[in-house]
Amino acid sequence: MNTQGFPVLSAFELDALAELVNYGVSRAAIALREMVREQVHLSVPEVRVVTRAQAVEILHKREDSGLVAVHQTFDGALNGRALLIFPDANSLELVRAVTGGELPLEDVMELEQEALAETGNVILNNCVATIANMLKCTFKMSLPEVLRGEGPEFFNLPPKAGDVVMFLYINFSVRERNIRGYIAMLMDIPSVIALQQLLNQFIERATGVLEPQSDARY
Amino acid sequence: MVRYVGGRVGLMTYKILVVDDSRLARMAVAKVLNAVQPEWTRFEASNADEALIMAKSKSTDIALVDFNMPGRDGLTLAAELRELNPSMPVAVVSANHQEEVLRRAREVGAAFLMKPLTQEALSDFLADAQKRLARRQ
Repeated sequence: MNTQGFPVLSAFELDALAELVNYGVSRAAIALREMVREQVHLSVPEVRVVTRAQAVEILHKREDSGLVAVHQTFDGALNGRALLIFPDANSLELVRAVTGGELPLEDVMELEQEALAETGNVILNNCVATIANMLKCTFKMSLPEVLRGEGPEFFNLPPKAGDVVMFLYINFSVRERNIRGYIAMLMDIPSVIALQQLLNQFIERATGVLEPQSDARY
Repeated sequence: MVRYVGGRVGLMTYKILVVDDSRLARMAVAKVLNAVQPEWTRFEASNADEALIMAKSKSTDIALVDFNMPGRDGLTLAAELRELNPSMPVAVVSANHQEEVLRRAREVGAAFLMKPLTQEALSDFLADAQKRLARRQ
């Protein structure tokens, strides 16, 4: 813990977490690619431990209009919430893409909520399950829910143990269809501490060495 | 390492360049590489620019390149390395095996290896790379 009471991860632990997120999001992108039949481009993942207010600010800098989030809790060795966030203006295009683009607009609108929840479910489950497998633990995922808002609504969802969140951020886009979005994860402080232990076990398995203790912590 | 040279069996070690922006990923590759080819020399780079400088200065034989990196991605770097040295065996290493990524790897003459890298996958790639390098002699 640092002086503000935030759990801290070393630069190397954050590097390992970013690599894990990369595995998870790559798997999610493959699943989304199967659904939309177009290449899904991924950014290099950013992983930070931030306050809820900072998480809102990070998102607001990138997106200043209405957003939609599909979110699901995960419970087990770690407790948290995974979110798939994208501009509200993209949501009908995403539904069109996953339904094959042949349905009339009124059918697409009727299906929107259900299709968003299902698409989010496939993407988030692929991502979280891959990370869980790499950490050698299991998570139970809740059913997906769809929420519209500007950002603060998404980051004030439970879990709320302390004003700190693990913010995993990766940008994905389907350029041919002008679809883009983000995957984020929220965790409470006890989960960030538990994550640190799991990460160090993962680092040892992956590299054969323990995490160097001299690393700067963030 | 055993290599056939003009009908004779000779010992041969190679210089391999590992490119990944993640330190953990580079260490994970090093662990697998040490298990498969402990005698080989390994150089590491964390981005495409560093990798090109090393490839030019260290006379690299083989390259393992991460796909998703800041700046130029691994497929672009693979193409640049192949342009620099058309006979250099290059593998793009990624968890992202979308069809388009695999196709682009083939187009630039690079192999594709899944992350996390396994000993079996690396061993197969390196065996093939050695044959290609032997033909170059």
